[in-house]
Amino acid sequence: MRPTPPAAPRPSEITPRERYLNRREIIAGVTGASLGLVAGNAAAAERLKYAKNPRLSLSEAPNSYEDITTYNNFYEFGTDKADPSARAGHFRPKPWTVTVAGEAEVTGAFALEDILRPHALEERIYRLRCVEAWSMVIPWVGLPLGDLIKRFKPTSRARYVAFKTVQRPSEMPGQRFPVLDWPYVEGLRIDEAMHPLTILAVGLYGEVLPNQNGAPLRLVVPWKYGFKSIKSIVEIRFTEKQPPTSWSLSAPREYGFYANVNPGVDHPRWSQAEERRIGAGLFTPRQPTLMFNGYAGQVAGLYAGMDLRKNL
Amino acid sequence: MKKGRALLFVACVAPLVWLVARALGVAGLGLGANPIEALLRFLGLWGLRLLLATLCITPLSVRLRKPKLMGVRRLLGLFAFTYLGLHFLTWLVLDQWLSASRIVADIAKRPYITVGFTALLMLVPLAVTSTRGWMRRLGRRWHRLHKLVYPAAILGCVHFWWQVKADWREPLAYAVVLAGLLVWRLRRARRATTIPIDPVTMPRFGA
Repeated sequence: MRPTPPAAPRPSEITPRERYLNRREIIAGVTGASLGLVAGNAAAAERLKYAKNPRLSLSEAPNSYEDITTYNNFYEFGTDKADPSARAGHFRPKPWTVTVAGEAEVTGAFALEDILRPHALEERIYRLRCVEAWSMVIPWVGLPLGDLIKRFKPTSRARYVAFKTVQRPSEMPGQRFPVLDWPYVEGLRIDEAMHPLTILAVGLYGEVLPNQNGAPLRLVVPWKYGFKSIKSIVEIRFTEKQPPTSWSLSAPREYGFYANVNPGVDHPRWSQAEERRIGAGLFTPRQPTLMFNGYAGQVAGLYAGMDLRKNL
Repeated sequence: MKKGRALLFVACVAPLVWLVARALGVAGLGLGANPIEALLRFLGLWGLRLLLATLCITPLSVRLRKPKLMGVRRLLGLFAFTYLGLHFLTWLVLDQWLSASRIVADIAKRPYITVGFTALLMLVPLAVTSTRGWMRRLGRRWHRLHKLVYPAAILGCVHFWWQVKADWREPLAYAVVLAGLLVWRLRRARRATTIPIDPVTMPRFGA
């Protein structure tokens, strides 16, 4: 008989940030930087000013800072989960320019500070579900994408929003090999982009985003598989036609444009019915995957009448 | 030779010792954020490496003209089986929680698991008949049975390949090594059956 899956990682399993930072110093002292443990973000990251948003946040305990910042899929830095934290040290998230283009009244190249200035930052504790069938709970700090979009006044022809990641092989070693067609691109339907749950994140655990998590600006769409939450964004383009997305270009039979978390639609090669919760340790079973990653109440309406098996 | 074998034994056990150290959190080591995936990956990769190492021995012993080297195959092969057996046990117990229905469903429905399971199944009779007693009992049939290592290794590579999302480089490297080892054998087999018998230059055995 299968044991009932746990609801969330136990608070006792979460490494307090202070102890985590201290532990790195201790290890660095004993074994030196040769172990590569002192990654680029060893210095205490800049704290952000933000307000909590309990209405749009989970009450589940978040994963540890260590897990969130050392287990990453960010192929621009390498395809191993440990690569981004090990290799992102030389990436320079400042200065940063975001280009807004396409079907909108206000377009142009903007410094990140100008993009962010009018917005109040909030904390959103969200589930993140990777298509590889693992998940985390992450306390992002960011702003609603919809609020940003409104400032650029998209026209009635703007039916989609397309995003592009920076292309910088000199600082992103993974981009020197065409694992994917660089630069990474993603997109959302305009109503998905305007949805209150969709945010642009600039921080994590109250601090500026570490490089390996998509600094300085990334998307978070919690009801979709993690690959939709594009990182290190340099371009936001409003388009009339559905934009291409990197994973869909790489394997169209396996990854679609919508990529809504759906336990009823398996990946062609593996099941999506269950997921492994990171941080739950060696002796916890997988837990059932929730429709729309548990956000069905808020987003199911966007897809009313759509065949979610055909629209991967 | 004994010292060499002892060293090889230690070399084969070392990754396992390292893994246990990581699992127990010795000296600040760990298995990372996804320990079950780390275990599966480590045990699977080392199992495949040892399997390929086993297949390297015959070409090496022929090239270096050291027939005594062949004796090392059993050591390597059994270690490969150990790692792969642990890989499978980790999946059964820690990943699937011994849920028979899910295990059967996964083996049946997920092609990468089907081939992985089949590959391991093929290695079972090889491990069981690895003793000298069995070699004597089976005679020529032992050699035919142990040819199963070839499809097992091929399926092992496919099992690896079919889990990769987009970065084919690592499984490709293993596949290339395996292909080289198999091609060597194919050529050798072909040469052995097509020696032209010329009455003038016919080799005189024992000469």
